[in-house]
Amino acid sequence: MKLALLLFFLLVSNFLPSSLAAPSSSGDGYTITGRVKVEGMTSKGFGVSSKLLNAKIILNGGQSVTFVRADGYFTFHNVPAGTHLIEVAALGYFFSPVRVDISARFPGKIQAALTENRKVLHELILEPLREEQYYEIREPFSIMSFLKSPMGLMVGFMLLVIFVMPKLVENMDPEEIRRAQEEMRTNFLPGSS
Amino acid sequence: MGSSHLRPPTAMAIRARLGFVILLLLFFSATLSAALYEDQVGLADWHHKYIGKVKHAVFHTQKTGRKRVVVSTEENVVASLDLRTGFIFWRNVLGKNDDIDQVDIALGKYVVTLSSGGSILRAWNLPDGQMIWESTLPVSTPSKSSLYVPANINVGKDNLILVFGGSSIHALSSMDGQIVWRKELSIDSLEIQQIFQPHDSDVINAVGFVGSSEFVVYHISYRTGEVMQQSKASFESGFCGEASLVFDNLVVALDASKSSLVSISFKNEVINFHQINLSDLVPDFSGKVTLLPLKFNGMLAIEIASSIHLLRVKGANELEFVEKISHPFAVSDALPLSKEQQAFAILQHEESKIHFKVKSDNDLRNEILKETIQMDSHRGNIEKVFINNYIRTDRTHGFRFLVVMEDHSLLLIQQGEIVWTREDGLASIVDSTTSELPVEKEGVSVAEVEHNLFEWLKGHLLKLKGTLMLASPDEVAAIQAIRLKSSEKNKMTRDHNGFRKLIIVLTRAGKVLALHTGDGRVVWSVLLPALRRSETCGNPFALRVYQWQVPHHHAMHENPSVLVVGRCGHGFDAPGIFSIVDSYTGKVQNSLMLEHSVSHIMPLPLTDSTEQRLHLIIDAKLQAHLYPKNSDSLKHFFNEMPNIYWYLVEVEKNKIRGYSLENKAELDTAEEYVFQAKELWSIVFPSESEKIAVTATRKMNEIVHTQAKVVADQDVMYKYISKNILFVATVAPKAAGEIGSATPEEALLYAYLIDTVSGRILHRVCHQGAQGPVHAVVSENWVVYHYFNLRAHRYEMSVIEIYDQSRADNKDVWKLVLGKHNLTVPVSSYSRPDVMVKSQSYFFTHSVKSMAVTATAKGITSKQLLIGTIGDQVLALDKRFLDPRRSVNPTQSEKEEGIIPLTDSLPIVPQSYITHSLQVEGLRSMVTIPAKLESTTLVFSYGVDLFFTRIAPSRTYDSLTEDFSYALLLITIVVLVAAIFVTWALSEKKELKEKWR
Repeated sequence: MKLALLLFFLLVSNFLPSSLAAPSSSGDGYTITGRVKVEGMTSKGFGVSSKLLNAKIILNGGQSVTFVRADGYFTFHNVPAGTHLIEVAALGYFFSPVRVDISARFPGKIQAALTENRKVLHELILEPLREEQYYEIREPFSIMSFLKSPMGLMVGFMLLVIFVMPKLVENMDPEEIRRAQEEMRTNFLPGSS
Repeated sequence: MGSSHLRPPTAMAIRARLGFVILLLLFFSATLSAALYEDQVGLADWHHKYIGKVKHAVFHTQKTGRKRVVVSTEENVVASLDLRTGFIFWRNVLGKNDDIDQVDIALGKYVVTLSSGGSILRAWNLPDGQMIWESTLPVSTPSKSSLYVPANINVGKDNLILVFGGSSIHALSSMDGQIVWRKELSIDSLEIQQIFQPHDSDVINAVGFVGSSEFVVYHISYRTGEVMQQSKASFESGFCGEASLVFDNLVVALDASKSSLVSISFKNEVINFHQINLSDLVPDFSGKVTLLPLKFNGMLAIEIASSIHLLRVKGANELEFVEKISHPFAVSDALPLSKEQQAFAILQHEESKIHFKVKSDNDLRNEILKETIQMDSHRGNIEKVFINNYIRTDRTHGFRFLVVMEDHSLLLIQQGEIVWTREDGLASIVDSTTSELPVEKEGVSVAEVEHNLFEWLKGHLLKLKGTLMLASPDEVAAIQAIRLKSSEKNKMTRDHNGFRKLIIVLTRAGKVLALHTGDGRVVWSVLLPALRRSETCGNPFALRVYQWQVPHHHAMHENPSVLVVGRCGHGFDAPGIFSIVDSYTGKVQNSLMLEHSVSHIMPLPLTDSTEQRLHLIIDAKLQAHLYPKNSDSLKHFFNEMPNIYWYLVEVEKNKIRGYSLENKAELDTAEEYVFQAKELWSIVFPSESEKIAVTATRKMNEIVHTQAKVVADQDVMYKYISKNILFVATVAPKAAGEIGSATPEEALLYAYLIDTVSGRILHRVCHQGAQGPVHAVVSENWVVYHYFNLRAHRYEMSVIEIYDQSRADNKDVWKLVLGKHNLTVPVSSYSRPDVMVKSQSYFFTHSVKSMAVTATAKGITSKQLLIGTIGDQVLALDKRFLDPRRSVNPTQSEKEEGIIPLTDSLPIVPQSYITHSLQVEGLRSMVTIPAKLESTTLVFSYGVDLFFTRIAPSRTYDSLTEDFSYALLLITIVVLVAAIFVTWALSEKKELKEKWR
């Protein structure tokens, strides 16, 4: 964490938008420029741009809100020196908030780190930590899942009783059965005996 | 022979098992429902999208293809609507401080918005709303700014967009938003009024006022921003700051006294003033005068004493009165029909009719178009109108009118008919409450819903196929259709589970609407006359809505009603407004202007004999007024008066004060319902180190099922349950701003638990290096609050649970038997409480906009926290994750109790977002309503959008889910019965065979 790479700003942020920040030519603040990158995560068949269409970038819990451009870049202007928090709100993805330090003593020095896993960012390229699946996925039909369901258990039990029980009974000695029946009768109906 | 005796018992056993298995089955199917499946979307939830009250609208209808209108609203939304249906193609909700000043279309493909007091200019792609570029303008002081997008003079070339306001003009490239030139007209107190471009020239003209008496004209090069010519002249009697551009070289302004017009003509550095008295122009002139921004060639519209006067400007000193239109009215901006011709619309309201008139500048006396339509009275007056034209088949001009009404709804009118309506007042809900639906009348059979058994079985067979994943895509669609159109959930009667209710919402426009929980449709709506702007009340303001009368036992034949409280003006001492509205019909039963102000409203847990709830209104002079004003309520009130305690939080003074009530000494008949506050206690926070950030209390109607909590090893803890707990969070004044404005050393957050009867501080805890914004929720015996930890630079959530120690020794059985317990001692706020507090903190990833807690009918079901995140989603988080008894390694007995091993941050499971893949844009609040079914809570969340769903924090343990497959159950039973007969027949056969042997 302490070994975080100190990033250098570029004087003119517009030339190299991937730079983290630049002191703006006028006003009292700095400019933070970053990029939201969602790659290799288009398994749902959506294009990157259409997925990120509504991505909002939020500074300090709502102090200012900006949107992601078509190329993924975003910019905050007139940000004072200090420690700030950038959040990305994009449906379908989980982004970690980013801690951004703008140094007051060395104008131009900036540090950025993900707050979730303390990963230091060398460039302000924000990538989602994971894709978010909002729905439970239905298990496809399988014999095992059916058998495990209460209905399946019931059917299985019934089959067992119909086909296995008679076999068990047949294998028993008729004498024994009779004895067992006698016993049952005496046990259950003690009054009648 | 032997087996014959055994077999019948087998069959019997099967039968016995059957019952058991069915029970088991019911149990299983009930507990199997977990989070939402994708095909369940829309079954129990609905989501409505709104945009808010439209401020500006720009039509885009030139090209063939999709016709749309781009609008910006007071909720900071920029949206593109389908002109045919009113549906939203796309919309973007800007930040809450990012007010949109103006919107326009540039190059025919970008929507350009100017926001934040003229300092941010953004371009959005017209087809899909993707942001193309964003530009921040260095504006020193935010001022009234405007946008000027030149009409396509040279198509293909990069057009410049001009932004002006104060004393500066910026020109930006419309392709990429780069600032091409910037002109700071170095004159103090310059207010540029208008920028315009004479036809086909590379020069733009800027006119404005310096101070109150000087008029300036600049000729500026469009390409470079160079000032080519500048002229100035002063006018002795001064201007009031309003001006209207009539011709390319003529401006008409109001003078400082607002009694005469000044026409200012400028040509080649020569500025001439002509003063014309309004009284000469306008018959019987008196009252307040304002100039309307009409942007119409040769025309001037002035509003005098709420009626509009159209004036025609013939020359520099020649004005002619044309027409007077009386209130209520709306005038549109000018619309160029052709190069020479312009048109504008005047709308006039006459009771339930609206007259539309379109006039062109060729002939002001007559109209191009005259239409009249009928309008529902509950929409109020017209506020704004935007017009657009199209060429009819007979080559004449047809017009479309986009109308914004007083209730913030948006209508499109074409050919004398309302094409579509959007109820956009719902984007600005102020408060909400619920009402039960009427009980089902006898004679209307529920069975009619299921047409016949065969249909019913067929439906369930389809569902069975669906659950077994055997259905074809067509069948899946059929299943979805069956489920969605189930008429059951949209009926207008009370249901057994308490899912069907009316949500009654109050909007900022002063409109009350009843929404059905089944599909969110508007059952009735009423624009409260008391909350409309009028002579007596210029600036009414909707405050809250409460349940006024809930017929339960006594007044069953009466409809329930709600009380709407408003205020006449924004000050705390402004007089209050009361309106009582029938919950079933929306009829206003009673409406009154109060003589006193409304600073605090207290619904009391008391009702009079007609089940009207007693309310105490505290005014600015700290007098309590009792409503309803009748002797019966007074009688009930006197019984309870010694037990009524209340408090006021004075955020500005950093003070909390507790009061009781006392009778006024002099008993006038009129003053009978007025009581005096008696101060009991006060807590003053030191203003140099603390500032009240948030307060939170328990919901008044919350029900707690059990006082005791059985913990591991059979121990019992008693919850400290008091209705009078107030949670207060204070932050260090230095760290009261946004994140990033303070260092960890400066920041401190104190959390207090205060008893509001005695003013006693039950608990106080300090969080070093923490700052706001704080969000808190109080329920049962716990508080959960969310704040920012500056040291870790992450959000944190803390839980505080309070337990009653004075009852802790009641665990001894012998004491209970011998009657030596104190369980029957009433809990009193006066007795010194012996409380034990447990707390714990966890990290939480997101910023939070709002927090709430689930509420169920009996309070048995475990609780979930509802967290409205910064991404406008609502996350349901089990209270079990916020249990101060969590530890890293829970013991075996603790695990059995359900204690989750401690982790440093709270988990965010995507499936537990109750809004699933939807966003409640501009989320402001979540309301939880208990259903009759104990396991279920109804959740209504609102912001710009509305979202409603029902959730079961411990799953629906007390009912079958909608997914339950009756068909599968029936088939299994039939198969089993068949099997019984088959085995019986088989056994008979075998027995016979045995006998023959």
